[in-house]
Amino acid sequence: MKKRLDVLICGGGACLSSHSQDVKNKFIEVLKAKGLTDEINLVETGCMGPCEMGPVMVVYPDGSFYVQLTENDVEPIVEEHFLKGRPYQKKLWAAPEARKIVEEKRQVPFFEKQQKVVLALCGKIDPESVDEYIANRGYEALGKVVTEMTPEAVIEEMLKSGQRGRGGAGFPTGLKWKFGKASEGKQKYIVCNADEGDPGAFMDRAVLEGDPHSVIEGMAIAAYSIGADKGFVYCRAEYPLAIKRLEAALKQARAMGLLGKNIFESGFSFDIEVRMGAGAFVCGEETALMASIEGKRGQPRPKPPFPAQKGLWGHPTVINNVETLAAIRHIILNGADWYASIGTEKSKGTKVFALSGKVVNTGLVEVPMGITLRELLYDIGGGIPNGKKFKAVQTGGPSGGCIPAAHMDTPLDYESLTKLGAIMGSGGVIVLDEDTCMVNVAKFFLEFSVEESCGQCAPCRIGLKQMHDLLEKICEGKGKMEDLDLLESLAHTIKATSLCGLGQTAPNPVLSTMKYFRDEYEAHIKEQRCPAGVCKDLISYVVDESKCIGCTACARTCPVSAISGAPKQKHRIDPSICTRCGSCIVKCPVKAIYIGPGAVKREVESKKLHLEKTL
Amino acid sequence: MECQELHIPDNPQYRELKRIIEEYRNVPGPLIQVLNRAQRIFGYLPREVQLYVSRELNVPLSEVYGVVTFYNFFKTEPVGKHIVNVCLGTACHVKGAQRVVDALANELKVEIGQTSQDGFYTLSTARCFGACGLAPAMMIDDEVYGRLTPGKAVEVIKEFQKNETNQN
Repeated sequence: MKKRLDVLICGGGACLSSHSQDVKNKFIEVLKAKGLTDEINLVETGCMGPCEMGPVMVVYPDGSFYVQLTENDVEPIVEEHFLKGRPYQKKLWAAPEARKIVEEKRQVPFFEKQQKVVLALCGKIDPESVDEYIANRGYEALGKVVTEMTPEAVIEEMLKSGQRGRGGAGFPTGLKWKFGKASEGKQKYIVCNADEGDPGAFMDRAVLEGDPHSVIEGMAIAAYSIGADKGFVYCRAEYPLAIKRLEAALKQARAMGLLGKNIFESGFSFDIEVRMGAGAFVCGEETALMASIEGKRGQPRPKPPFPAQKGLWGHPTVINNVETLAAIRHIILNGADWYASIGTEKSKGTKVFALSGKVVNTGLVEVPMGITLRELLYDIGGGIPNGKKFKAVQTGGPSGGCIPAAHMDTPLDYESLTKLGAIMGSGGVIVLDEDTCMVNVAKFFLEFSVEESCGQCAPCRIGLKQMHDLLEKICEGKGKMEDLDLLESLAHTIKATSLCGLGQTAPNPVLSTMKYFRDEYEAHIKEQRCPAGVCKDLISYVVDESKCIGCTACARTCPVSAISGAPKQKHRIDPSICTRCGSCIVKCPVKAIYIGPGAVKREVESKKLHLEKTL
Repeated sequence: MECQELHIPDNPQYRELKRIIEEYRNVPGPLIQVLNRAQRIFGYLPREVQLYVSRELNVPLSEVYGVVTFYNFFKTEPVGKHIVNVCLGTACHVKGAQRVVDALANELKVEIGQTSQDGFYTLSTARCFGACGLAPAMMIDDEVYGRLTPGKAVEVIKEFQKNETNQN
């Protein structure tokens, strides 16, 4: 029965943690009390995108978009909107640019420039209902493929669409399938790489949580094309909800005969097993991932042989990323030409980006390839919060690089990003503002890669550690100008000689920050100054005496007794004792403590330096 | 490692583990899945459990130990009743996650990886759990807390502990 209103409440990760569940339960309670359950259809969906605004909710048919809901908003929304037909203005999304209340979802600037293909059903359907998926043409593509198309024809269609793998490297999907098909073997496998390890990327999580059937359907189509009858989804352990929803979806698909033996009575059989990772970034690399599925340490091996020739347990295996697989049914349903008409000449289709960091609208967005960074950041992302100045975006995580303000109008596609020394990667876009220290960011990524290196090959294991130590030296104000040359030469050697993608790309964040922000490196070295006020050894904590009320809260919390001052007197921090732990800033009730720039060396350390010089 | 007689206590935990191992007996490459489930039962993977899994699955202990120490998720030391996991992913990092960790470490009087004196919390850090929209974020067990400040994070763990203590 068609109900009067469809109320979609977001159950994506971010909204869940801002307690969307409580809001939903309150709605159930209030709707029941008012006897509206038959008129109003309440659905919990996957991620709708604007995570910053969570919990969010859309009401159809009018499309009113509510944000930052609490339990207290439920009664007035039911009363005003559901009963009297007047959207509850107080919680409708007020777009900061327009300074007006936006009533319809499509008028929200955040959504205007987006084109949702992969995320089309994410946030629109109940991810735990296969019926809703089917009602949106779900499994129609699989039906068409297995009953009307030969595997060769499917691969031909994929080649024509120009789709490239969304996991990072951008290898054409059709070509991968062609190799998988061509490989001889009785047993073949299709693997979905859901080990989304790049910090700052959460699109695969959103797809698995919001539209798990699209991934299953994509895998089935891939399996049919290459001749596999078994699939694995390798999902990281940090995504318990994604695993739960995927398992539920698999169960439903099996119950309906969409997985299992003789699907659509075509003679094609296929089933999927979920394998949980155990927290190792390197397992996103395909050969390491396969080792992990086999129950071993996730250590990469040299290629060739490629997985398509010799993969899981030695059998031909095709590995695709979640976002890649989720797009497949759309390509089959709408045709390769349609897909190829979106995007740029060499980068076709849409791409999901995860916007985070210093940007107003953090969240998930899907845009045609080739959109400029400026459009992504300002039109969709809403710009930089708190009136701060934009510095750069970081893409591609620990394998990627930075794009500075000067290249804001670069189109986002594989080639342009690579040319700038950044990469598309999985699509994490982290926005950095003037308060971010680029040397610190480079060190952060190196620290990540050092810890996540599997330790097998020397360039990665030893070289990255050396680079990290050099960066640490620079951040402590002890660097020399020669260190920059050393960093660069190490970086090139590691890139050229590492065994797998992790080592080959790990120096990128350093190279790219050195290219665009050399002045910051030099400030650390020559002036012992951290321009952004981040590096602990190059900053000092200062009490603003005009604000200090002499309450002694800071002095009492200081773990090293660096703060002096009697009650009711102005307090002072001794920079030679202070360890820059930040406890005092937290405790101060009047926000009188701030971070001051300038190199203030700790007494002990300057003594040590002095000693080193005399020796 | 020396050869030793394995004494397995007959308790519900080991009976549950035995049942799980039977479940995976015919699955190819079951080691990581079994260890995952074993950690859920025991909270961590002590030597005895590794030895037991090794014998039951007929995988050398060295290989089991190799896998356990390779993956961050597996713990070989007992952990507190609840795990506070602070995200140190990029988005969280640039929004001040380090200060959140420092404040928590200061409050709990532990270093990262250690358990508080009362055994209630283990402080841990993670490499991004995909809650970048809520940065900086942390998890207490499976629950995510976002948009933290050092002060707010300290409040959250205090509140959480107070609530649980009151319930008992």
